[in-house]
Amino acid sequence: MATVADLIHGQKGIIKDFSEHLLPIKLLELGCLPGNSVELVQVAPLNDPIYINLSGSHIAIRRSLAELIELDIIEETQAP
Amino acid sequence: MSKNINVALIGNPNTGKTSVFNQLTGLNQKVGNYPGITVEKKEGICKLPRGVKAHILDLPGTYSLNTTSLDESLVVELLLNKNDKDYPDVAVVISDVENLKRNLFLFTQIKDLKIPTILVINMADRMSRKGISLDVAAMEEKLDTKIALVSTRKRQGIDRLKELIADYKNISSAPNLDAKRISPEYFERLQRTFPNEDLYKLWLVITQDVNFMPIEKKRIQDATDFTTKSKEELKKLQHKETVLRYQFINNTLKETYKVDFLAAKGLRGSLDKLLTHKVFGYLIFFVILLTIFQAIFDWSSYPMDFIDEQFAMASEWVKNTLPPGIFTDLLAEGIIAGIGGIVIFIPQIAFLFLFISLLEESGYMSRVVFLMDRLMRPFGLSGKSIVPLISGTACAIPAVMATRTIENWKERLITILVTPFTTCSARLPVYLILIALVIPKGTFLGLSYQALTLMLLYLIGFGMAIFSAMVLNKILKIKSRSLFMVEMPTYRLPLFKNVAYTVLEKTKSFVFGAGKIILAISIVLWFLGSNGYSDDFKNAEHIVSERIEKDGLSTYSKNYIQNNVASYREAALADGMSATVLQDSITVLTEELKERAIAQEISSYKLEHSYIGQAGKAFEPFVKPLGYDWKIGIAVLTSFAAREVFVGTLATIYSVGSDEEETIKNRMAAELDDEGRPLFNLASGISLMLFYAFAMQCMSTLAIVKRETNSWKWPLFQLGFMSVFAYIVALIAYQLLI
Repeated sequence: MATVADLIHGQKGIIKDFSEHLLPIKLLELGCLPGNSVELVQVAPLNDPIYINLSGSHIAIRRSLAELIELDIIEETQAP
Repeated sequence: MSKNINVALIGNPNTGKTSVFNQLTGLNQKVGNYPGITVEKKEGICKLPRGVKAHILDLPGTYSLNTTSLDESLVVELLLNKNDKDYPDVAVVISDVENLKRNLFLFTQIKDLKIPTILVINMADRMSRKGISLDVAAMEEKLDTKIALVSTRKRQGIDRLKELIADYKNISSAPNLDAKRISPEYFERLQRTFPNEDLYKLWLVITQDVNFMPIEKKRIQDATDFTTKSKEELKKLQHKETVLRYQFINNTLKETYKVDFLAAKGLRGSLDKLLTHKVFGYLIFFVILLTIFQAIFDWSSYPMDFIDEQFAMASEWVKNTLPPGIFTDLLAEGIIAGIGGIVIFIPQIAFLFLFISLLEESGYMSRVVFLMDRLMRPFGLSGKSIVPLISGTACAIPAVMATRTIENWKERLITILVTPFTTCSARLPVYLILIALVIPKGTFLGLSYQALTLMLLYLIGFGMAIFSAMVLNKILKIKSRSLFMVEMPTYRLPLFKNVAYTVLEKTKSFVFGAGKIILAISIVLWFLGSNGYSDDFKNAEHIVSERIEKDGLSTYSKNYIQNNVASYREAALADGMSATVLQDSITVLTEELKERAIAQEISSYKLEHSYIGQAGKAFEPFVKPLGYDWKIGIAVLTSFAAREVFVGTLATIYSVGSDEEETIKNRMAAELDDEGRPLFNLASGISLMLFYAFAMQCMSTLAIVKRETNSWKWPLFQLGFMSVFAYIVALIAYQLLI
């Protein structure tokens, strides 16, 4: 199952329904809801944390948290 | 006179809430603390049209009413308590036009508390650049409110906002979302048990983790005919609430908010690439750090020297102008010297906050946090610890307060515990005077030994902070969930007004906060040093004169006279004074110097037998192995209140009477130990510097740590381990070097 942590630079994904485990409410408030898009903007020099665009909110989170957010990766056809 | 309208400004962080507050209130604002906690309370008065006035309260930034920190819980606490004197007649939610969707989440929550709520859409000047178009009228209808489009940068829209506030009675207080939709069954039951109460307020009381309003919460738990749900179930309902709110917001924005991404331009992408680059990112950060240190330690030395001179002059003036007596002494030696010791730090503190507020306002600080997080984690710290560690070089007090943004309790606690190791500005005067005394003047690879020593002391402080963080990370068994989250705001040019206000406020609170303690200690010290109960103290004049008659002046006094005469002779000869005139004037001078030397011997005898002298003698065995005498012991002891009193204490003890550094330094250089060697030598100097580098000598920091950790356990632990460690290191250093 793909998660936000699996995104590569510039790649986007759509957040899947997460009924199984509960994500921190703070993440939801920032727009981490099923159906919303996530884009990986930057990765910090040591590969962690990652900087994402969560349906318009630009935030940085650690990989450990990113691994909890499941998504469907949209395959980019054109180069970014 | 009618009552002022109570207005609460609420908003997400980075929406320009403070700018709106500054524009509404101008200089009619004051910053205080909420009773009992150290959250800053900013309030001000704003004149509205038609002669009405509003009391504006700037609440801490929050993303929602689901609280995780003290700052945030304050917002909820106020909004739930109708009896609070600050309970708003009208709430103003500040949003940023680029992040409207997320900002509206908070708006709908506030509106559901049935408080009339105005929406401010800030940064309207960026709309065209970002390709955003708004249908304000339609949005007002959908959200059932009034909207003010504001640009604080261009000073637009504030008048409309004032109009809306004045007219708040016409703003709807109907909720956006019917709370029952979250869980019809649950809320029906809740309503049946508490028929006269507002459901959404009850819901907030039930779901908040932070320990506020325990009585309210208990009341609900104790209601016999109502069973609440498990934590897990409640959390699921909160998720549902979030989804429902976003559905409402998306429906609203679909028809009223358009973004043309093709028209959008921004620096974000390219600047981020550069500033978070794996090489350039660190390089730029390093250069910025160097600039900050340069400002604090070099540029600020000019105003500091100036302040120093002014206070020395003022003290001198008071002594010469006012009639001699206890009051004059207290004023000149206690109070003016004490105030001087505080004011001298203003340039450094101001520079530091200038830089920190520039970095924060521009959005760069979030990038630093992003860059540093992974590097800090092995030490049990968070990327967010970098801000406190930098601030700590000015003062640990604001630094400890700055740890509030760290979500993870363990990381936050470790940051609080190790921050006092970073070299704060209060250590600086101690280091400077000791370095000048004991470190030789030579150079190494073009750098002076003295500058190298200072740099080394900074590195030792920072290294110790990191090292002890690592140790604490291993020792502390605290389970806390890591929830690191940083918003990466858009880059913005800092607004001059905001930066200026921040610098002003922080400097003010430092001066008054730390100032009170330093002033109090100076006065107490002065009193203890100039009073005594023993016969030796009372008959000092007599005893000393007798001794001088019998044994002559002390070696110290003889040297003092000799040196002064020698330098006078040299100067006079250079001026071309004739030999006979010179001989006469030297005789006069010697008499004068002798008198002064006797007076000095009397006062130092007095001091030795004053309250403080006796305390110092009792304390001496503890500091003797570190190479200090009782006078340094006293200075070290009083420094536990605040390090910066070290120099002042020695000044008072040596009865130099002024804080002018040169004189104190000369006095210190002339001090001899029992065996006639200089008291301040390489061994004792290094030992002292190391002691100051590691010891927890600051009451204000301990008080802040107590408040921030909510227990005495941590400040006492800090005081204990830092001071014991400092003692051991200083002991080893002295014994090795002597």
